[in-house]
Amino acid sequence: MTKMSLEELELKANDIRKDIITMLEHAGSGHSAGPLGLADIFTALYFDILKHDPSKPNWNQRDILLLSNGHCVPVRYAAMAESGYFEKSELLTLRKLGSRLQGHPERTKLPGLENTSGPLGSGLSQAAGMSLAMRMNKDLHRWVYVVMGDGELDEGNIWEAAMLAGKYKLNNIIGIVDRNNIQIDGPTESVMPLEDLKGKWEAFGWHVIEIDGNNIEAVIDACAMGRAIVEKPVVIIAHTIPGKGVDFMESDFHWHGSPPNHEQAVKALKELRTLQGKIKSEAHD
Amino acid sequence: MTNMHLVDKDILKDTLESEPIRAGFGRGLLEAGKKDENVVAACADLTGSTKMDLFAEAFPERFVEIGVAEQNLVTVGAGLAAMGKVPFVSSYAAFSPGRNWEQIRTTICLNDLPVKIVGSHAGVSVGPDGATHQMLEDITLMRVLPNMVVIAPADSVEAEKATLALAEDKRPGYLRLAREATPIITTQKTPFEIGKAYILTPGKDVTIICTGTMTYQALAAAEMLYKDGIDAEVVHCPTIKPLDAATILSSVQKTKAVITAEEAQINGGLGGAVAELLAEQCPRPMRRVGMKDRFGESGNPEELLEHFGLTAKHIALVAHELKDYLED
Repeated sequence: MTKMSLEELELKANDIRKDIITMLEHAGSGHSAGPLGLADIFTALYFDILKHDPSKPNWNQRDILLLSNGHCVPVRYAAMAESGYFEKSELLTLRKLGSRLQGHPERTKLPGLENTSGPLGSGLSQAAGMSLAMRMNKDLHRWVYVVMGDGELDEGNIWEAAMLAGKYKLNNIIGIVDRNNIQIDGPTESVMPLEDLKGKWEAFGWHVIEIDGNNIEAVIDACAMGRAIVEKPVVIIAHTIPGKGVDFMESDFHWHGSPPNHEQAVKALKELRTLQGKIKSEAHD
Repeated sequence: MTNMHLVDKDILKDTLESEPIRAGFGRGLLEAGKKDENVVAACADLTGSTKMDLFAEAFPERFVEIGVAEQNLVTVGAGLAAMGKVPFVSSYAAFSPGRNWEQIRTTICLNDLPVKIVGSHAGVSVGPDGATHQMLEDITLMRVLPNMVVIAPADSVEAEKATLALAEDKRPGYLRLAREATPIITTQKTPFEIGKAYILTPGKDVTIICTGTMTYQALAAAEMLYKDGIDAEVVHCPTIKPLDAATILSSVQKTKAVITAEEAQINGGLGGAVAELLAEQCPRPMRRVGMKDRFGESGNPEELLEHFGLTAKHIALVAHELKDYLED
């Protein structure tokens, strides 16, 4: 795949946000805030960072991308459709009976998904298992990226895996924490404080990079930096705005687990088109 | 009837050789590792106790020490399996699958990955460690999971065969092992296939369906009953899931009553599985020998088996209680 320019990537992220709104409205249930906040990271991954081939989802030299916080899967489905894993029309089957696009991702249902998730906290340990298998196979030119939510870091399983990856210096793992500061019951720091988050990861033997996770260039640069660090696993704490791109959803934890209704979807899509800088008139409706 | 090639001994009079069932697993895993380089292993700080040490010493680069972290144990296993490995992951059954059921459900069974969960020290015969370590609910927990294969070998010889068979099987699997030395009743020639139950002693009056450590007790019970004029058929069921319905039904259709025997909770265990099958397809007078909805406690293994009614004598007693049904 030829590399896209930064401007093209930003437009692609906007397309993915529109896909998310459309799918969620159509599904009538699902999570809005997380997927919108992750759109820039998934754009960077699917259209720049990952070594992958949408026509060969099981290519044995592909990089692995695990989504540990499965409820954010709409952003992954949208990024997969936009990069050609399947037709965009299939996005409208999200959460419907018989769909390959389950409400939470299932590895056996859709080629290109690497794990089944929804119950939180198990993605990093699966990444560790994959990384160990690659090491055993002397398969040293592949990367395992794993996206985690911040609320999900309440789970003990994450820290069991963090300890193991630190012990074995699993240096082909790049963790990305979606640090959007919200979880279902409210702000992360009041539900279960995570800070000092950087210090926690460092104490477990990880190299930590902190970035603006809604800046595509920063995501690409951080992953490149992460791949260059060989002595330990790397985690990128990506600060994102939940609901990013849709004004009335941004940073409101009530949008964690809700989809937009028709009226809200129309409003959100209008905003996203405006953001794209193409339909300036709509901004002043 | 097929020759089962059991040990050529009088089970009531002779002293049988005995060995912990887990020792057979250790040998089987080493052998499986030699046969297939994709066989790998991980353990949660119980490498010696679960007999994984043989493999870990032979193939250090294919062994992962997880530490005391059972949730991580099975999910790392899922990651290894997703990359084409056949991971055996071991701990005590009380901790795995005792603690990590959801991870097994989501990352192994729903993912349909060939991770082999090895739960050692199952049953009350763990002894002095007490109820916390005497896992009795593992069969129940594992057999309700779609895709999962559940095996409880009768002795160390069968455990070795079961381990080798699991290494070649493409499904998620659970292997139940015991701590104490268990009498060896099978031989290298005794058949073993995943999903098959075996008639070890033919009989016409009562069918005793048994698994794991209780198969020895069931054979001894059948000998005792024979002397009392009751002709018991012993159906050894090392695979609890998928249950060999054909063998069980053909035996039960021939006899007049059914007893199940297991060193586990009867609710949802082998007793539960057989009750479900028979209630739908061939209702029969039935009793379940096993743990009756209670926890174990500290004590010597023999004392505990006696205390909780998990011996040949107790199985025979239950058969006598069914006597009214056994007469023509």
